[in-house]
Amino acid sequence: MSADLVPALKARFPQATDRASVDHPAVNVPLDELVAVLRYLRDEQGFDVLTDLTAIDWAEGASPRFTLVYHLHAPGRPGTYVRVAAPCAGTEREPTAPSVVSLWPAADWHERECFDMFGIRFAGHPDLRRILMWDGYPYHPLRKEFPLAGIETDLPVADIAQETGTRVIAAPMAGGPFVASAGEINLTEAEPRAKDESWADRGARPDQTALRQVKE
Amino acid sequence: MVSASADLGYDSKVEGGVIVSRADAVINWIRTNSMWPMPMGLACCAIELMAVGGARFDISRFGAEVMRFSPRQSDCMIVAGTVTYKMAPQVRRIYDQMAAPKWVIAMGACASSGGMYRSYAVLQGVDRLVPVDVYVSGCPPRPEALLDALMKLQAKVRTEPATRRLFSA
Repeated sequence: MSADLVPALKARFPQATDRASVDHPAVNVPLDELVAVLRYLRDEQGFDVLTDLTAIDWAEGASPRFTLVYHLHAPGRPGTYVRVAAPCAGTEREPTAPSVVSLWPAADWHERECFDMFGIRFAGHPDLRRILMWDGYPYHPLRKEFPLAGIETDLPVADIAQETGTRVIAAPMAGGPFVASAGEINLTEAEPRAKDESWADRGARPDQTALRQVKE
Repeated sequence: MVSASADLGYDSKVEGGVIVSRADAVINWIRTNSMWPMPMGLACCAIELMAVGGARFDISRFGAEVMRFSPRQSDCMIVAGTVTYKMAPQVRRIYDQMAAPKWVIAMGACASSGGMYRSYAVLQGVDRLVPVDVYVSGCPPRPEALLDALMKLQAKVRTEPATRRLFSA
């Protein structure tokens, strides 16, 4: 059933191309056809459920820098999924894409998360605010140039920040991040662990003065 | 009132009904045995906190079973879980709203140090925000560990100069 889906879609939208996929059918489409393709899939192919909407950051300087990925499900045909990918327009700092909230209300929070984490501006979104980080946070954490530990900035509430003197700091990695070893036969060795052993109990501890305690 | 009664200084009739003690001992005894927690449940540690309040572990044996969701009525904030930077100002705000004397237990690895969340989103230890009295290790800690922390806190409160603080505050 899903085998004739991609040919039908490509007959309707000649610019669509196959996308490498190990499981479900997937297509690449240009951004200006994205909404038309998604509307076609929803209205004529029964993909009533938007199961996920996310983005890929291909690293700084890549072109396209960001690719949007939509996962759709057709409940009338259980087990039928399709994945649609489209490159973002706009600049690296402010990538843009059309909103699909008008097609699936479920896209609302997904697009807010995408905006929060990657900084993608969805044109036509009814309420494009951050959803995980707080309003006014100056970065987009899932971008490749953003370090896992974070970047020092201010607490969300000014008077609390002033009262406690605490700031948002770059987290001390303390030997982390914890990464698994791919291809390791010994499962104990493959477990996620800190590769930097300098912060183990047998070694000296790094300077912790940045972690100032609040005095009573 | 001036009285001519000869037994003004000592009345043998009330002898059995009088206890002589220090104010510190009395105040601390009252405080330690009725320490109402402010359950700051932020993550999975809160589940263990609920177990502590349940029949099996029964924190009421230590006088701390009255979980208050109003900071005005609570004495001891139990920070149970991961404190994100987004939540951190609210944690401090609730601590500020609690009436003194007040204490804080940092329950579990996340509240104590950020735990495994070495990340941009997580406060690296609630002691950067509020003064912590007792830290509990574990991820999450066993209910017994929290009971032990409460007993440790009670032992600490018993040594406080409560009267001096009352009159100096």
